[in-house]
Amino acid sequence: MTARPLNPRAALDTRESLLVQDPRTKARNATEKRFRAYGLTAIVVALLALVWLLVSIFGNGLPAFRQTFMTFPVTLDAALLDKGGKRDPADLAKATTFTYGKVLATSLGAEVTAKGIDLGAVQPKDLIKMISEESPATLRNLVLADPSLIGTTIDFTVLASGRIDGYYKGRVTMESAALDKNISPDQLALADRLKTAGVLGMKFNAGFLTMPDASDKRPEAAGLGVAIVGSLYMMFVVLILALPIGVATSVYLEEFAPQNKFTDLIEVNIANLAAVPSIVYGILGLAIFINFAGLPQSAPIVGGLVLTLMTLPRIIIPTRAALKAVPPSIRDAALGVGASRLQTITHHVLPLAMPGILTGTIIGLAQALGETAPLLLIGMVAFVRDFPGAPPDGLFDPAAALPVQIYNWTQRGDPGFVERASGAIIVLLVFLIAMNAVAIYFRRKFERRW
Amino acid sequence: MSIGLLSLIILVLAALGYVIGRRKAVGQVEGDIRKLHSLPPFYGRITALLTAVPAFFLIAAWLLAQPLFLENKAISLIDPAELPAGKSAELMMADVRRVAAGLNMLEARGDEVGPLLASPTALKTALNGAGVVLETEPTPSTLAATAALRDAGDTSRLAMTGAALLLALAGLAFGFSRINPEYRARNATEQFAMWLLMTSSLIAVLTTVGIVGSLLFESIHFFRLYPASEFFFSTTWKPQFGGGSSLGILPLLWGTLYVSVIALVVAVPIGLMSAIYLAEYASRSTRAWVKPAIEILAGIPTIVYGLFALITVGPLLRDYFASPLGLGTSSSSVMTAGLVMGIMVIPFVSSLSDDIINAVPQSLRDGSLGLGATPSETIKQVVIPAALPGIVGAVLLAASRAIGETMIVVLGAGAAAQLSMNPFEAMTTVTVKIVSQLTGDTEFASPETLVAFALGLTLFCLTLALNIIALVIVRKYREQYE
Repeated sequence: MTARPLNPRAALDTRESLLVQDPRTKARNATEKRFRAYGLTAIVVALLALVWLLVSIFGNGLPAFRQTFMTFPVTLDAALLDKGGKRDPADLAKATTFTYGKVLATSLGAEVTAKGIDLGAVQPKDLIKMISEESPATLRNLVLADPSLIGTTIDFTVLASGRIDGYYKGRVTMESAALDKNISPDQLALADRLKTAGVLGMKFNAGFLTMPDASDKRPEAAGLGVAIVGSLYMMFVVLILALPIGVATSVYLEEFAPQNKFTDLIEVNIANLAAVPSIVYGILGLAIFINFAGLPQSAPIVGGLVLTLMTLPRIIIPTRAALKAVPPSIRDAALGVGASRLQTITHHVLPLAMPGILTGTIIGLAQALGETAPLLLIGMVAFVRDFPGAPPDGLFDPAAALPVQIYNWTQRGDPGFVERASGAIIVLLVFLIAMNAVAIYFRRKFERRW
Repeated sequence: MSIGLLSLIILVLAALGYVIGRRKAVGQVEGDIRKLHSLPPFYGRITALLTAVPAFFLIAAWLLAQPLFLENKAISLIDPAELPAGKSAELMMADVRRVAAGLNMLEARGDEVGPLLASPTALKTALNGAGVVLETEPTPSTLAATAALRDAGDTSRLAMTGAALLLALAGLAFGFSRINPEYRARNATEQFAMWLLMTSSLIAVLTTVGIVGSLLFESIHFFRLYPASEFFFSTTWKPQFGGGSSLGILPLLWGTLYVSVIALVVAVPIGLMSAIYLAEYASRSTRAWVKPAIEILAGIPTIVYGLFALITVGPLLRDYFASPLGLGTSSSSVMTAGLVMGIMVIPFVSSLSDDIINAVPQSLRDGSLGLGATPSETIKQVVIPAALPGIVGAVLLAASRAIGETMIVVLGAGAAAQLSMNPFEAMTTVTVKIVSQLTGDTEFASPETLVAFALGLTLFCLTLALNIIALVIVRKYREQYE
């Protein structure tokens, strides 16, 4: 304290010129610069985190949209597939996927010989290991649906096994294959030769979006079909329940509710519900909808109901804001020409508030679409391969959901599922971006200033 | 009759009500609608509303309440002598429900279920084939209970269909009979609509009642089986499904708080500094794209952050920090979850703080700048102190968000319940344990399952308290400048 002169001017007097900053000002200006730099750094760090997140997800997930396939002529030998020779469905069903696997392996062997590809050290019986375990089942279903195919030769495209797919995506190397009992380096070398001959190749994987989930050992065949349908069903339930209830609640609170304790109670409730952790809604769903009301587990209806309750406050809050933004003069004018209060609302206020309501609803739906935790508790984690039926009864069938499917895949052992999970996130993000884009479009297009 | 078809029939009846109600009103005044009290559509609307609304309410109430009545009878049929050791009749009812659901599924597929009921072995195989896995073969009394449950279910479904249709028709007849030119159809319609609006706003209250009710009810159930003092003060968490588990919440709370604190240590400086920069320094055009870009972080689903923690951040921290420093070899750790959660929470801190900083009156800044303070001195000595209560509120809201977060910790923090200071070790949180105790097949009679409700109640109270404190602080602060 003693260092500073009592008279501040004493410090100023030492300056030679006004254009030269004294040390104190310099220090203050440096602090100012540093402070600005901190702010800028914080923003850059936040944005870098976003970029890092997206790059990591896209880098891991984009390969899921391309898949290694093998195409070769398959001879459907009647002697193997239809021992009775009568094309009797019961007889045909006796040929198991194992038999079809043999058919595929034989045909692949024939193709290899026909094209003059060197088998190398691969035994002909090990050729089947290069084909996905899912493919015999696909072929079997194809034949069962159309028995006239038996005895003919068809050009059939099969999924390559997960390890070969991983080899072309950089997940599997010759070194790792040497330690892996599911694949050998010789098979990978053969795959390379098949690729040169044009039998094996990579192309867009439409099955990722349409096929159901597959078991632990078959990441190459796992798809999002059931999950997308399940998520759509849930969004449908949320939309038809949450939108009307949310709008009705907002209209009541904003336009009709008297100022009393009861209204206050509702308002406090809504504010609190918006802040309840989502997992608590899962507990509610489990206790009320499944345990008490006996609704089926894993059903989109239960997921939809839980998400509805969760989304309601998120729809009510923007809806009330939209209603509030409609100027009172509109209401006064309508009431003045003799409309009842309800007519005023339905004919004038609601249509004017609609863009705001829709924007809020779409954003609420987008949040519900990405919600995972409550769905885990109501049994959506179950392994579901069958597509649910058509609504409304299909709403009670077991189904998966997009975010839960992602969680499911992260819990599996095969590294191929990491790629699938990241790919599924890309699908989820595409849905979310589309929904938010629609919401922004609505806001821009219909936004009105009074 | 399926619910879809039933709803469709009721809707058709309501449409019919609209048409005939309107036509009757118009017919009674021979087309001269000036003699009607209300416009013709109102006569149709009130008839349609009276037809459809009560019937749908009946269906909803019936579906929610029917299991309560159905199971009373079935449970009385279970023979206590047949119960395996350690299983209560309530536990057996779970099997009964699953067998009944499995049988319904088989029947829906077109299989013959009659012969199956005669032989428990065949039944078990058939159900396994349908994806319903039973531990043991059903005993004769379980089968009797199953049959009773299914019968009661069929009867109840039939009764519901009948009652709903009857109610719809009664509503239709009642509405139709009331129509005459003097009938104030518009007032009646609006009164009805008002009741509907009020009922919908009750759903928010009912949800809260449902949450608190189910959490409290099952928690009380839990504390009857397991001493509350053990739950709140024991430091070991070791559930064993054979019984004799220790279910102490302390390790879970420790994990939760540790992860949340790391998240806040990441999010508060970054969020606050970006809010300050955006509010005080950034040009309008920078603000216009940076603010939404940061808010994208809030719109990304938590499962995405979870996967990010699992496949990118976790291995990175393990390979470059934990292993070289000898602090641990686990890729899921408190640090992983905390860091990623911190990124997620940044926008909560930044947008709320941004609003609050913007709400500080410009005159305060002008005064400070006028006295010769630099902008950063103004911010540090005037703006931040004025905005402090609001910023504290924002941080508390972010904390409540972090405590209730599930997916990031499920995928990033691990499952080992322990009290440790090492941030590179796997620890677990309250939400992770709720998920692990309640996923899969759940029996609502063992303390190992019921503990999830006590955990949920703790979580609910914790976040609610944080939110209320935050809101009170924010509200108090806002009043100062208005």
